Amino acid sequence: MSKSGSTVPADVPVQLLHGDVALSGRPVLREVDLTVNRGEFVALMGANGSGKSTLVRTLVGLNPLSAGRLELFGRTLSGFHDWSRVGYVPQRSTATGGVPASVWEVVASGRLTHRKLLRPLRSADRAAIRAALEVVGMGAYAHRGVAQLSGGQHQRVLIARALAGRPELLLLDEPTAGVDLPNQQALARALGRLKEDGATIVLVAHELGPLAPLVDRAVVMRDGRKAYDGAPLADADVHAQGFDAGHVHCDTGLNSAGSTAAPNAAVPTPLKEL
Amino acid sequence: MTLLELFSVPFMQRALIAAFLVGIAAPAVGTYIVQRRLALMGDGIGHVAVTGVAIGLWTQTSPTWTAVVVAVAGAVVIEVVRERGHAEGDVALAMLFYGGLAGGVFVTGLAGTGASRLQEFLFGSILTISVDDLLVTMALSVVLIVLCVGLSPQLFAVSQDPDYAKVAGLPVRFYSILVAVLAALSVVIAMRTVGLLLVSALMVVPVAIVQQLTRSFRMTLLGAMGAGLVASVGGLALAAALSRTGANVQPGPSIVLVALAGFFLVWPIGAWLRRRRALVTPFPETSPEEKPVDEAHPHLHGEKCGHVAVEHGDHVDYIHDGHRHAAHVGAEGEHYDEH
Repeated sequence: MSKSGSTVPADVPVQLLHGDVALSGRPVLREVDLTVNRGEFVALMGANGSGKSTLVRTLVGLNPLSAGRLELFGRTLSGFHDWSRVGYVPQRSTATGGVPASVWEVVASGRLTHRKLLRPLRSADRAAIRAALEVVGMGAYAHRGVAQLSGGQHQRVLIARALAGRPELLLLDEPTAGVDLPNQQALARALGRLKEDGATIVLVAHELGPLAPLVDRAVVMRDGRKAYDGAPLADADVHAQGFDAGHVHCDTGLNSAGSTAAPNAAVPTPLKEL
Repeated sequence: MTLLELFSVPFMQRALIAAFLVGIAAPAVGTYIVQRRLALMGDGIGHVAVTGVAIGLWTQTSPTWTAVVVAVAGAVVIEVVRERGHAEGDVALAMLFYGGLAGGVFVTGLAGTGASRLQEFLFGSILTISVDDLLVTMALSVVLIVLCVGLSPQLFAVSQDPDYAKVAGLPVRFYSILVAVLAALSVVIAMRTVGLLLVSALMVVPVAIVQQLTRSFRMTLLGAMGAGLVASVGGLALAAALSRTGANVQPGPSIVLVALAGFFLVWPIGAWLRRRRALVTPFPETSPEEKPVDEAHPHLHGEKCGHVAVEHGDHVDYIHDGHRHAAHVGAEGEHYDEH
């Protein structure tokens, strides 16, 4: 059922059809279908090694598809050049560059999609950088070195970098990993403001925590396949045996995009929040 | 001859102009090299460039241009091998370096020019800079400085976070190879002043000096260019001053020693700044899920310990005072992580 011509309207931010991804010869994603509609907040969940980070890296073009078709805003990846519409927040690494860099400079890289070569920052660029720092609550830290920040603060800086480009589609890879609760709450406030402004957000998370109220739809990955796609799940449901080690409970497929399909009743909920 | 008179001699003036420009240009490229954690790349290119110089001597053409060709080719190979990230990559690079140095000395022997001619290029020589060499050095220095400063937003982003830069639509590969080519060009322009074997020091040490004091990339870039200028001109003046006493000091070693002296002069200030900053840096956070359990654990959790067992993926957690414990077998025996 592969489609030859694009039938996707130009305002669908992400459509992946039958996506296969292999990393160094090993298949990591198999037959993944994922459509993200405008304004949706989608949480990609699943156990470690389930392929959720690989999926988000594939959606931004960092992993090539070995089969299938990916369209961003109605254009196939090879024909998509409008990267200013996409914001990406990579998984935070503890490695930093060998030379000091200030918070301002890191966030200013987020304006590169809007800047021409050999031109200084314009006042519009500066305003966007300042606004992005304010959204994540890091305005007072602009001239600090990034090496001096805590993990949560560093994560907020990486989000500000993506926001500085004023993207319509924001993809975040594990933004809450290793981040303490106050910083997770600051993150939830920032993403809440973006959601109100109509941004489309795809977020990889092991556990949602304070982000849970924002999520419109959950996609659970298991062994490189989509195991669930539907209404948001509580963290405990995702970690229930059904998705961590067991069999597939439901695969509602593309047609559940934005639907209100309830989680399959077969999903056990043995534990409430501890 | 006083020092002032010495600087009025034409060959000394040429050396001074070259040292001035190279002192600015080499650390500008070096800032990106250090940012990419490739501080030894300049050494590698310097070794490869020895073959380029030797080919120039052998074929009686300009050693500068043969060095440009060979160094640029070597830099591109180094960058491509590095990008592939193979485990054997560093062995391949090491062989490239040895081959470059050995080939250079071998070809010089074939040319029959002897080691002293090659030594001018290995450790620098103020006497041998011709007007043509100076013009090439000036032109390339200006190109390097303009590109390093003008493209700093792009080069910074690509070196700091290549994945992010790629998603921002930047041609990451092009910029990575550009940095390698710029490094090769700075090796060639610096070979007459600092010499091929020490050129990397002029790219790296000024950056090491200023990054003890700076917090931003821009200040590091500009500061390194300033520090490189002082070290380069200062080292040349030192070598010239010593030559009046009858000593035969090459400019390369004295430039590098002046730069290293600068590093150790700045070091106490850097140490004091780092201590001050450490006071305002927050403690590393661990999420509630990852906190290690400090309390002594009097028993191993098991079927009969009374704590509720919960299956969690591939292992079993035990609920203990309202949180989960997961058993981990580490080097110091079995312990529990909060989970």
